[in-house]
Amino acid sequence: MSAVRVLVGTRKGAFVLTSDGKRERWNVNGPHFAGWEIYHLKGSPVEPNRLYASQSSAWFGQLIQRSDDGGETWAPVGNQFAYEGVPGTHQWYDGTPHPWEFARVWHLEPSLTDPDTIYAGVEDAALFRSTDGGLTWHELAGLRGHGSGPAWQPGAGGMCLHTILLDPSDPDRIFTAISAAGAFRSDDRGETWRPINRGLRSEQIPDPTAEVGHCVHRIAMHPSRPAVLFMQKHWDVMRSDDAGDSWQEVSGNLPTDFGFAIDVHAHEPLTTYVVPIKSDSEHFPLEGKLRVYRSRTGGYEWEALTEGLPQRNCYVNVLRDAMAVDSLDSCGVYFGTTGGQVYVSADSGDSWSPIVRDLPAVLSVEVQTLS
Amino acid sequence: MIRIVLPAHLRTLAHADGETVLAIEGRATQRALLDALEARYPMLRGTIRDHVTQRRRPYVRFFACEQDLSHEGPDALLPRAVETGAEPFLIVGAMAGG
Repeated sequence: MSAVRVLVGTRKGAFVLTSDGKRERWNVNGPHFAGWEIYHLKGSPVEPNRLYASQSSAWFGQLIQRSDDGGETWAPVGNQFAYEGVPGTHQWYDGTPHPWEFARVWHLEPSLTDPDTIYAGVEDAALFRSTDGGLTWHELAGLRGHGSGPAWQPGAGGMCLHTILLDPSDPDRIFTAISAAGAFRSDDRGETWRPINRGLRSEQIPDPTAEVGHCVHRIAMHPSRPAVLFMQKHWDVMRSDDAGDSWQEVSGNLPTDFGFAIDVHAHEPLTTYVVPIKSDSEHFPLEGKLRVYRSRTGGYEWEALTEGLPQRNCYVNVLRDAMAVDSLDSCGVYFGTTGGQVYVSADSGDSWSPIVRDLPAVLSVEVQTLS
Repeated sequence: MIRIVLPAHLRTLAHADGETVLAIEGRATQRALLDALEARYPMLRGTIRDHVTQRRRPYVRFFACEQDLSHEGPDALLPRAVETGAEPFLIVGAMAGG
């Protein structure tokens, strides 16, 4: 009997939502780490009961929690994220140099092959790796130090490394994305990096086509076609067919191409989902209608998915890490909102229903498909 | 013996109920107190002071004997009443919304 476990990070704790494969009746467990910000939690693909969570607060800093029983119990592991060498400076909002300062872990990405290896994307932007189950963390400093770091600048949420994609076909290849610097790729397990932003255009920087400086909000990949990447940029939905060497805009008929979240159907590598948000100054859906848009053609042509979603007076946001898909035969799609709702569609987006309505603001949603 | 009152979030993290009572060998300073506290509860490392610089986190305050000791040097002696256990050493999350 198949089942799903949805891992929800919120402003005030973590929640674990479970259901059988029908995804109709849900058990809600939580809050874990009540009162703390849980930016992200995610399970190991090779040992699904091994979960990692990023727990933080402005008061007491960063903790990493680990569970070895699917979220029933948790224990803190290592929380020291020390930049390698002299941290240097990046740009502050006003363009002046600002020293690199660790703030929090935005995203945790467990290895595809080893449950003790996990990557952490942090603010101020850097990539760390642990190979001992989170006990110790070491920076992969080639990313921050490859040369363009002094030109990176924070987005509204801080200068965060929020996306880590591990190529299932090539263990040497890692993709990352940083707001506001852009996308980067390593082909040697994270030792050296290069920007992969050719084709991006951002009017918010002096040179709109600069090598770095782009506010990439999220990148998604289908595991069967890891050279095809989909990006939700600050503005623009983009696609690359060459592992990021070049990008084309695929916003097509979207009513607005600003947004944060993007994901790909589990079984259809060109079926992509976004949640258009009105603008960078109005972070809520157009016309108060919460609509997921789906493209079955890898972009350009999009259809609004509205059944079961509020179509009036809805002014929530869907943040970059708050969308996920399961891999059941009928692909499930999930997203959480800043209003505390977590929605599920068990039919690839055709219809939606809320799993929960009143959680704290949702920061992240991940789903595990369990057998 | 020194009595320490932790903020609620850190009591939960440390699985510590009520006050924490610690013995400190040698001079009773803020540094010695925090060293002993982190030795008792390793999960608190990094939550009160920075791992490397050992500086107090910005949103954490230290109070005792109705005084704000947040800006005392780490090697300044704690008040006698704290050293004897007559008064607790309060580790407080700054009053700042949330």
